[in-house]
Amino acid sequence: MADQESEAAGNVHQESGAARTGDVAATLDRAMVEGRLRIVAGLIRLTGEWELAEDCVQDAAIRALDSWPRDGIPDKPLAWLTTTAHRRAVDVLRRRRTEREKLVVLQRMSERDPTEMNSGDDRLALLFTCCHPALPLAGRVALTLKTVSGLSTREVARAFLVSEATMGQRLLRTRNKIAHAGISLQVPAPHRMAERTAGVLAVIYLLFNEGYSATDGDGVRDDLAVEALTLSSLLAALLPDDDEVHGLRALLLLQQARRAARVDAVGDLIPMDEQDRSCWNQREIANGISSLLTSRRSGRPAGQYRLQAEIAAVHSTAPTPDETDWGRIVESYDALLRLQDSPVIALNRAVAIGFRDGPEGGLSSMAQVQADPRLAGYHLIPAVRADLLRRAGRASEAIEAYRGALEQARTTAERRFLHRRLRELGGPA
Amino acid sequence: MKYLMFVATDTDPDADPHAAPDIEAWFEDVSSRGKWIMGDRLRPREDATTVRVRSGELLLTDGPFAESKEWVVGFDVLECDDLDEAIEIASKHPMAHHGRIEVRPFWPIDEG
Repeated sequence: MADQESEAAGNVHQESGAARTGDVAATLDRAMVEGRLRIVAGLIRLTGEWELAEDCVQDAAIRALDSWPRDGIPDKPLAWLTTTAHRRAVDVLRRRRTEREKLVVLQRMSERDPTEMNSGDDRLALLFTCCHPALPLAGRVALTLKTVSGLSTREVARAFLVSEATMGQRLLRTRNKIAHAGISLQVPAPHRMAERTAGVLAVIYLLFNEGYSATDGDGVRDDLAVEALTLSSLLAALLPDDDEVHGLRALLLLQQARRAARVDAVGDLIPMDEQDRSCWNQREIANGISSLLTSRRSGRPAGQYRLQAEIAAVHSTAPTPDETDWGRIVESYDALLRLQDSPVIALNRAVAIGFRDGPEGGLSSMAQVQADPRLAGYHLIPAVRADLLRRAGRASEAIEAYRGALEQARTTAERRFLHRRLRELGGPA
Repeated sequence: MKYLMFVATDTDPDADPHAAPDIEAWFEDVSSRGKWIMGDRLRPREDATTVRVRSGELLLTDGPFAESKEWVVGFDVLECDDLDEAIEIASKHPMAHHGRIEVRPFWPIDEG
């Protein structure tokens, strides 16, 4: 089977023969990051089957690991993966379908060159479908993470703090509703675009955060953040007049621009005031600012994503931490709070006040925030308080707060960072 | 795909029912586009009879099976390309504005 496939793909490096395992892994990884979503979207479009599409792409990747080291890496790895996944789908359908269904689907599949079956909009249609308001909200986000970002069921389960079995059921029910209720893989009608877009933006932002501060152990899942950025760019191209689409793209670019400076050599998080600003990606910052300006030009009152982008832009354009215009940042948080009464925004505002007015100002602002019952048990509260206490020179209270933060930290990198702070304060880490 | 629209009342109706679209215009639109298969109003729940058979015995109850503040006042069977089309049709029905509409896909007898 594997031989047949590599032969059919036709463009294997015959002369080079066996490829090195490291090259295979790196090439496969690159191809999957670049093209997995296109292949999945294309296969869903052709077969109408979500799980089959995902499984076949996964299967193609496994076959690549088997055959590329032996036969060499194909000239066009993505085309090889697409063809292999496509054949796998045909194979599975042939064995499983009743005659009538088989004919319709297989006919449709044979009519297209699998390597040319995807357009950029297939990915967007897939995203709109994953975010369809007829689906339960938890299912929307889970399905987007699973299908669009390619997280495993286990990773999605961890992101939502539920068991893998529970998440498997949730994904199954969501996919079943799509099939049974007749939700099509398509971009919504123009008059529904605005309301449907808001839902997609929320999911893309969540996806970006999943990549930006991964919940699975340590490390930053750059591919997810990049995928979220790609999707936001695609959305911006499709909806050039939507100011919040540009606002979100600006926000993602400005945050992504700092990624190289956010984590040190061992994967520990570096706080913004300690980051080496020369590592910030100036091209991404410029693109982010440009998107922010596009968003402002709409003339509409700033939405939540533009306001967050305004905050990120203040950080990105400050030459040194001390030159940060915290006054403007607090103003943007005030505007955000007027849009939505969110205790998490109030917490971030308290942090900003801690820089504008000094740590004691931040602590008194924190006192109000902490009283909000909606933040009970929120993992960042002790960490924020600890940091303000440390900066206020109240070492023993800070040590106690950092210990509390350690108990609630969610990633290894977070825990290492908190340990470092404890060591710096001379407390037992 | 076939969808059943349960047209129901709502205890929390639109504050401005006069803004609701016209039922004649709705019917004209869906039937002229071949989307409407059948449908009708239903007599009020006082006229409903619930039927059960238990241990061979016929049990009849006066009224609907569900104790609910909302009740079904009509139904329509639609033939649509997909759910989005069914949602569009439902959203233009006056009862979507001062009642509520549940859109439910048919489960064809030959499908698992």
